[in-house]
Amino acid sequence: MKRVLIYVTPKAEILDPAGLATQKALKNLGYDNVNEVRIGKYIHLTLDDGDYSDAKISEMCDRLLTNPIIEDYFFEVVDG
Amino acid sequence: MKEKSYEELGLNKPEYERIVEILGREPNYLELNIFAAMWSEHCSYKSSKDLLKMFPNSGPAILQGPGENAGIFDIGDGLAVAMKIESHNHPSAVEPYQGAATGVGGIIRDIVAMGARPIALLNSLRFGSLDRPRVRYLFDGVVAGIAGFGNCIGIPTIAGEVYFEDSYEGNPLINAMCVGIVEKDKILKSGAKGIGNVAVLVGSATGRDGMHGAAFASEELDEKSEERRPSVQVGDPFMGKLVMEACLEMLERGLIVSLQDMGAAGITSSTSEMAAKGSMGIDVHLENIVLRELSMLPYEIMVSESQERMLVLTKPQDLGKVYEVCARWGVSANAIAEVTDNGRLKVFKNGELLADIPAVDLMKGTPKPDLRSEPPSWQHELNSRSEIDLLPISEIKTVFLKMLSSTNNCSKQWVYSQYDYVIGTNTIGLPSADSAVIRIKGTNKALAFKVDGNGGYCYLDPYVGGQIAVAEAVRNLVVRGARPVAITDCLNFGNPEKPEIYWQMENCVSGMADACRKLHVPIISGNVSLYNESFGDPIYPTPVVGIAGLIDDADLHQTPQFKNAGDVIYILGNTQAELCGSELQKLLMGEIYGLCPRIDLQKERALHDCLLSLIKNRLIRSAHDISEGGIALAIAECCIIGNIGAEVKAESNLNAYEFLYSESQSRALVSLRPENEEQFLEQCSRFSMSAHRFGTVGGSRISIAGLFEVELKEAAEAWHMTLPKKMEV
Amino acid sequence: MVNPKLGIVVFPGSNCDVDCYYALKSVLKADVRFIWHQEPVIGDLDCVILPGGFSYGDYLRCGSIARFSPVMDDVIKFAESGGLVLGICNGFQTLTEAHLLPGALIRNRGLKFICEFIHLRVENNKTPFTMNFENGQVIKLVIKHNEGNYQANDSVISELKSSDQVLLRYCDEDGNTGDGANPNGAKDNIAGIINKNGNIFGLMPHPENCCEAVLGSGDGMGIFSSIIDYIRENR
Repeated sequence: MKRVLIYVTPKAEILDPAGLATQKALKNLGYDNVNEVRIGKYIHLTLDDGDYSDAKISEMCDRLLTNPIIEDYFFEVVDG
Repeated sequence: MKEKSYEELGLNKPEYERIVEILGREPNYLELNIFAAMWSEHCSYKSSKDLLKMFPNSGPAILQGPGENAGIFDIGDGLAVAMKIESHNHPSAVEPYQGAATGVGGIIRDIVAMGARPIALLNSLRFGSLDRPRVRYLFDGVVAGIAGFGNCIGIPTIAGEVYFEDSYEGNPLINAMCVGIVEKDKILKSGAKGIGNVAVLVGSATGRDGMHGAAFASEELDEKSEERRPSVQVGDPFMGKLVMEACLEMLERGLIVSLQDMGAAGITSSTSEMAAKGSMGIDVHLENIVLRELSMLPYEIMVSESQERMLVLTKPQDLGKVYEVCARWGVSANAIAEVTDNGRLKVFKNGELLADIPAVDLMKGTPKPDLRSEPPSWQHELNSRSEIDLLPISEIKTVFLKMLSSTNNCSKQWVYSQYDYVIGTNTIGLPSADSAVIRIKGTNKALAFKVDGNGGYCYLDPYVGGQIAVAEAVRNLVVRGARPVAITDCLNFGNPEKPEIYWQMENCVSGMADACRKLHVPIISGNVSLYNESFGDPIYPTPVVGIAGLIDDADLHQTPQFKNAGDVIYILGNTQAELCGSELQKLLMGEIYGLCPRIDLQKERALHDCLLSLIKNRLIRSAHDISEGGIALAIAECCIIGNIGAEVKAESNLNAYEFLYSESQSRALVSLRPENEEQFLEQCSRFSMSAHRFGTVGGSRISIAGLFEVELKEAAEAWHMTLPKKMEV
Repeated sequence: MVNPKLGIVVFPGSNCDVDCYYALKSVLKADVRFIWHQEPVIGDLDCVILPGGFSYGDYLRCGSIARFSPVMDDVIKFAESGGLVLGICNGFQTLTEAHLLPGALIRNRGLKFICEFIHLRVENNKTPFTMNFENGQVIKLVIKHNEGNYQANDSVISELKSSDQVLLRYCDEDGNTGDGANPNGAKDNIAGIINKNGNIFGLMPHPENCCEAVLGSGDGMGIFSSIIDYIRENR
């Protein structure tokens, strides 16, 4: 069994209102050095025995798990 | 895992002894957990049952009183309305978003359980002071949770109330109300019928959500409450929507014998109540229950409070069709139990009998708690002070703006614009007006709804506070042209084992019952939430009234805002110097004391009859209830919402502050066309209603002769900007 | 006279389908039916509507799962062959996920769900969806969404503008656009767009809740009546 850990982030040029609000909140708490906050998603898949090819995983990401217009992603495959 | 003792599960010695008596032996651990859940305050109402008997609960329009998942009243045209209010206070204090969301989810299922399609949601929220970060966090989370659930499931949230008082800081109150429409001949009950009929669990898998949630809601909060956080249930409004549609479709196709919602104490309460109410028995088979976590123990399965689950009782020959409907909607459905004739709840796993309890004793057998009633030692002293340091008249404009912008009086648009209030294409008007109005398609009628309460008044005088809670709710319906039909109530109090709290409960309920009788509105359903205390400090006694009214001709519904320049403004009812318990007292003195306003229910009734007559005869152009914030707030709202000023003159022996901010009962602010003035006054005298000419609508200012004037823009800004400013990130 | 046939797709979690149906059937007396998301063939229709709501709970991303529903193959075929498609709110989100319209709808900049009656300026009335309005007309519709913030890169926005594909913009009651009149941060104040071919319209506001003055506005009727009239004139 393998696990795929997918990190999804908003594309650099896309406005991230949640990130902006969070940066402001951190500043209000005294963390002045935080220049930027981007908030994304973390998707975790558990795969049965089968095809773990990077191509297959990328396909899942491109087709459904992410929206390539507004999101970037990268992933890592780890053992069970 | 270590087994808990009966005390740790929330039972006391007399209760444990009664269990042994009922079973004729010691209970096993599964049976003990089942009793602990069913005999918790939240499920059994043991501390309030006797008091609730005081409420009148029947009437010519009432089809279903207390005892079912919701109350139902007839509205003619073959239709009926189901209504219920419920609290979700304890879970929301720990996890505000999910606590509020699941509160909404639960109340919706109660309405669906009667065979009704939900048409509207309302809520009553109380928090501590918004100056506190923790309170802002709770407020933000609760509103987002209500919105997140209600909007997603597609039911409009049309009205509500929000109050901020220090008393609720440790114990926010989240009361959620739902109303639905059902055809009279399709009303469902929850009692089991027909030996051999099959109970199907429809909806989400059963997990460890809300373990001991019923018990959690029946205890005070303390420093350990955060640790108990895993007890909070997580809502899934998408699944909720699918389950609701599947159930309504099964109902339409005649596949449902009876229906039960799975709320507090999940499978335990739904199966045992189904059996007890039908005077039948039920055999539950644990192996058929779909689990989210396979390692769950029998007692965990039985008391789990996983959300979005309903129990559908169907005839064995209809099982196939039930599965078909559920499959189409993509919801899981499994036959988990069948009806027997032995009156017992029996739990089996793979044929092995694990629990065997008489159903009726489980549902109704709680020994009567030994509760005493005694007025609080501080009550007399609290009521004997009454001096309020009124400011000099030169401050009157500043005070006006401060009152408009106080968190209790300000516009709640920040809240209601997070709710979809238009879905269903039935909502008439914005949520900002006294009560909300929903039209009923296929008829000329409309329904009006409101939730109302005032913990401060009840703290000062529980009996009168209870009377006012009902009277004000009715008044809010009447100003929209609706005649009151029925009430669903939510009683929020501290620890009933304390004699002074029980005394508060007794008196509030008594006052409410009195007003219900004199105003002819029965209480057909409701909820009780007790143990709302933190570190020994109780909340104000806070009964919340959810009320429904009928507008026979939807075209005649009234709105509160001023309409046209030249319209004449009148105050109906009399204003006395009654500032104790008022918003002004809170602003000037930082606390409340003295006696809350008095109420004469006959005068109140006269006001209602008079208003309904004026509206029916099209003699007035606007009507607004005068309550918190007195005449000043009422006129401000009429001007701001109508975007038009007013020129008025206070003619009174009272001090200006007393006149403007007194919270005397049985009053309304109306406006009318000058040409209707004569007939208007005739109607008022017919009902022996005092009517005081106040001034005229017009201009761009709110101008109170001899006192102050304020630009409408400035007043609107003060009223609108409070919450957005306070909640800015 | 041709009676236009409209179909409203119902996904699990759609909840504005009933309001759409009511507006078309009871108010406009049109021939309209529901299309369950699992129907593989939509049949003979003049217009397909993807209604508002929370298809699949808005889980993962709004409309991201709905776009793969069985019925969508035929809807896409219908759209690509020139059939009229109207996507309202969640429907608009689904159309962008299905790449039938460019851009994407992300979280409102205020991070809160907004339910509010707002003003819109009609930018192009030469379409089947807006022909009963005047160019520049200011109308009042209701928005109710958490993810209505239209975003696309600059070249897409530029293209939309130069090809007159922006049909509705958020504005104040006098028709002026600006930050104060933009409820959710949508780029260029965009509330609704049409595809290049002019047959697919996506908008965030809800016309179906604005077909009777007593409910707050009757302006939504203009969009539905445009569709009906267009079909009658061109069938």
